[in-house]
Amino acid sequence: MFDWLERQAPKLVLAPSFAAMLLFVYGFIGWTAWVSLTKSRLLPKYEIDGFGQYERLFAAPRWDVAIDNLAIFGILFIGVSMALGLLLAILLDQRIRAEGALRTIYLYPMALSMIVTGTAWKWILNPGLGIEAMVKGWGFEGFSFGWLVDPDMAIYTVVIAGVWQASGFVMALFLAGLRSVDSEIIKAAQVDGIPTTRIYTAIIIPSMAPIFLSAFIVLAHLAIKSFDLVIALTGGGPGYATDLPATYMYAMAFSRGDLGQAASSAMIMMMIVFAVVVPYLYSELRTRR
Amino acid sequence: MSDLSGYTPERTDWGRLALRWGLFAILGLFALWYLAPLFVMLTTSVKTLEEIRTGSLIALPREITFEPWAKAWSQACSGITCEGLRPYFFNSILLAVPSVAISTVIGALNGYVIAQWRFRGADTVFALLLFGCFIPFQVVLLPMAKMLGLLGLAGTIPGLMLVHVVYGIGFTTLFFRNFYVTIPADLLKAAKVDGAGFLRIFVSIFLPLSVPIVVVSIIWQFTQIWNDFLFGVSFSSAGSQPVTVALNNIVNSTTGVKEYNVDMAAAIIAALPTLLVYVVAGKYFIRGLTAGSVKG
Amino acid sequence: MAPVLTIKNLRKAYGETVILHDVNIEIEEGDFLVLVGPSGCGKSTLLNCIAGLEPITGGSVAIGGREMTKAPPKDRDIAMVFQSYALYPTMTVAKNITFGMKVRGVDAATQKRKLEEVARQLQISQLLDRKPGQLSGGQRQRVAMGRALVREPKLFLFDEPLSNLDAKLRVEMRTEIKRLHQDLGASMVYVTHDQIEAMTLATKIVVMKGGVIQQIGAPSEIYNRPANMFVADFMGSPAMNLIPATVEGGRVAISREGDEPILIDLPAGASLPRDVVLGLRPEDIVEPGARHGAHVVPARCKVEVVEPAGADTYVVSRLGGAAVTARLSAETQARAGHPLDVAFDLGKASFFEPQTGARLN
Repeated sequence: MFDWLERQAPKLVLAPSFAAMLLFVYGFIGWTAWVSLTKSRLLPKYEIDGFGQYERLFAAPRWDVAIDNLAIFGILFIGVSMALGLLLAILLDQRIRAEGALRTIYLYPMALSMIVTGTAWKWILNPGLGIEAMVKGWGFEGFSFGWLVDPDMAIYTVVIAGVWQASGFVMALFLAGLRSVDSEIIKAAQVDGIPTTRIYTAIIIPSMAPIFLSAFIVLAHLAIKSFDLVIALTGGGPGYATDLPATYMYAMAFSRGDLGQAASSAMIMMMIVFAVVVPYLYSELRTRR
Repeated sequence: MSDLSGYTPERTDWGRLALRWGLFAILGLFALWYLAPLFVMLTTSVKTLEEIRTGSLIALPREITFEPWAKAWSQACSGITCEGLRPYFFNSILLAVPSVAISTVIGALNGYVIAQWRFRGADTVFALLLFGCFIPFQVVLLPMAKMLGLLGLAGTIPGLMLVHVVYGIGFTTLFFRNFYVTIPADLLKAAKVDGAGFLRIFVSIFLPLSVPIVVVSIIWQFTQIWNDFLFGVSFSSAGSQPVTVALNNIVNSTTGVKEYNVDMAAAIIAALPTLLVYVVAGKYFIRGLTAGSVKG
Repeated sequence: MAPVLTIKNLRKAYGETVILHDVNIEIEEGDFLVLVGPSGCGKSTLLNCIAGLEPITGGSVAIGGREMTKAPPKDRDIAMVFQSYALYPTMTVAKNITFGMKVRGVDAATQKRKLEEVARQLQISQLLDRKPGQLSGGQRQRVAMGRALVREPKLFLFDEPLSNLDAKLRVEMRTEIKRLHQDLGASMVYVTHDQIEAMTLATKIVVMKGGVIQQIGAPSEIYNRPANMFVADFMGSPAMNLIPATVEGGRVAISREGDEPILIDLPAGASLPRDVVLGLRPEDIVEPGARHGAHVVPARCKVEVVEPAGADTYVVSRLGGAAVTARLSAETQARAGHPLDVAFDLGKASFFEPQTGARLN
């Protein structure tokens, strides 16, 4: 009896997690997918109705705003974070004495909850009492910075706060990547008389391609999941001008009581993540073998 | 430094000095940008409302008052109750500590099995777990709410613990598996020949050398769980809310005058634990962040 | 007395791929069996099968006369020393050595006694409180052996234990292992890819290639009467010369560039096919007059390369289209590009069939 237990121990240990994943991840995704195909409102119904919910979803103006915002936010957030992260990484790579301290400073925002980040930036960007008032106080009477309450500009405040939070992480990733380049290759380039900037652009940065990919994946993932930040910074407003699919889904699920819409919007989010992450995971798991 | 150190410059010494100072300037400016919000939060949290209204955002407080802090801790109103952050702070502790412990232990055992006791299904289970790390949690929100209701755990801290543990074991398993994969297989063979069994090998041999990765896992999980908002706001009721939810309620409560200083104090209180962990064990924090991303 | 290890018709496959084909080995107590062969020949896999660390697809393994085919490693009365030593990194040397005893429930007093005994034997008594990370390669090797010795098993298994050591240390440890074998009279199965280790340590050698046993025998037999061309080429350094030749009218003819072929008379009654490969070790190509007898045949060849190697000089020429190395004394007059008179001592010559490589004589 004990012998059997001993031999099966590895399988027995993994079994609960396996079962948990089947239920809480794949089973739940299945349930949500199912509900997204039904006419569920306040309570879930289980008769399949076809793609009606998705039609409603794509026709809803609020969803259009959410998807637009996701595109704007996504591209800017990922792009600026990567660029800023790379810049800081290259600068920090130049053997500064205060490197440790600077790294700590650049990275600490990642340790904060997005609610805290949102709260802080909401205050800073407060029209009337925040930056706008401060600059006005310096004498620039005509200065205005009401982005936070401007329906057209509010989404960019989310970008600012998001970049502030995540760029330090990107910097840390890139710095590690910069330093993992074989020093012999660099020495050979120096002996060849290649200028420093060229060494960066032609040798070091291209060799970091996999790390760019990793950073992109993590940032894309963060962007798609962005919920906390929007809630704390703008509450989705003004109106629903800063809605993202995540906040749309939440509103549908818990405020509007429209489970069908909640499920379908969640499934769309899922598919977007899929499209980005699955090719990456596939190539990673293959090369690791 | 990617060792461009021995490099003799093609510029003059003045040029090089100017470049160096330019470098410091840029880095310094960015450091200010990153620190600014923290600075603003701190200074605002000790100013009086009067000073906030009339003064500048970045001005140092003329007179320091800790009343906003006291208010944030025990009197601020979140929703219908006005007990400050205190009860919710302890909710978060009650939630985080067991969740971190359980998910770390499970992750360690899983990682041990997947990395060292390779059997046919192990890699599939790993792939399944890994994928679970990437899903947007919105897609499990509704069914989880239903499940918690069925289990009688809706709106309770144990219910929230279940959620965090289930969705945390993907990450913890990843950390431990990547760590244990670097341990040579001969060690397991020697232990088997010595007669040690599955659990004994784990406890006597693998666990003692796992200290660094246990720290990484604990720090990562603690940060994730303490900072979480989505699960907190979806699955807790008025009494069981974690501190992030309470913070958001305080800041966004529509009743009465907006007390920005209290808001800031509350934000700092909510941020303190993870910030402290970061300052003390930042090295491990970074290792956790990069553990899955940069494959060394 | 039952043989200490009996392997019958052992077969091991991973799905469709067969790693070990029909292995049959038997050794007596006190034997030192060496499994030798190139990388990928299956010797380590075979060792793992003997240890019970890998399951077998067919056949049986018996240790000390007891059937062990399905038994886990801990029940097989074996001890193993690994290439990477596999010492427990967080335990002291003393704990490393006594871990197995602790698991088996041996009492503390006996653990202490055996530990001290083994430590004294291997001269590691002063290292008992250190951790593996603080030891040198040779010291770790000794601790790994101590861990095995303390079990007093029926069978010691070694998996390329010296491969991670530098050349000088390797020679030292090799001698130590041999001495240990003599002192204890223990039965050992040893895996290596180094044929010198095999020749010096073994009482019995198994040469493997591609999961198939090429030959089993005492070192001298493997050396002097290799069963096929692979064994002939693999064992011995420098390698045995394999010279293509033709047999006609009771004589072996070896072609020579720009000269008449060398003709060797075969003893009466010898029957060989038309095409053969003559196997002759470098030390059996000697100075004329160095050896005498009907089996010594003079030959003259054109020298291509001369390699002085201290006590000997290796002279390479081309015969039958193949490079042929002779081991001559350091005083030889051989010069590159010039003809040289040598003598072939065919007393230990081997003849092989060119297609299959099988031995003919």
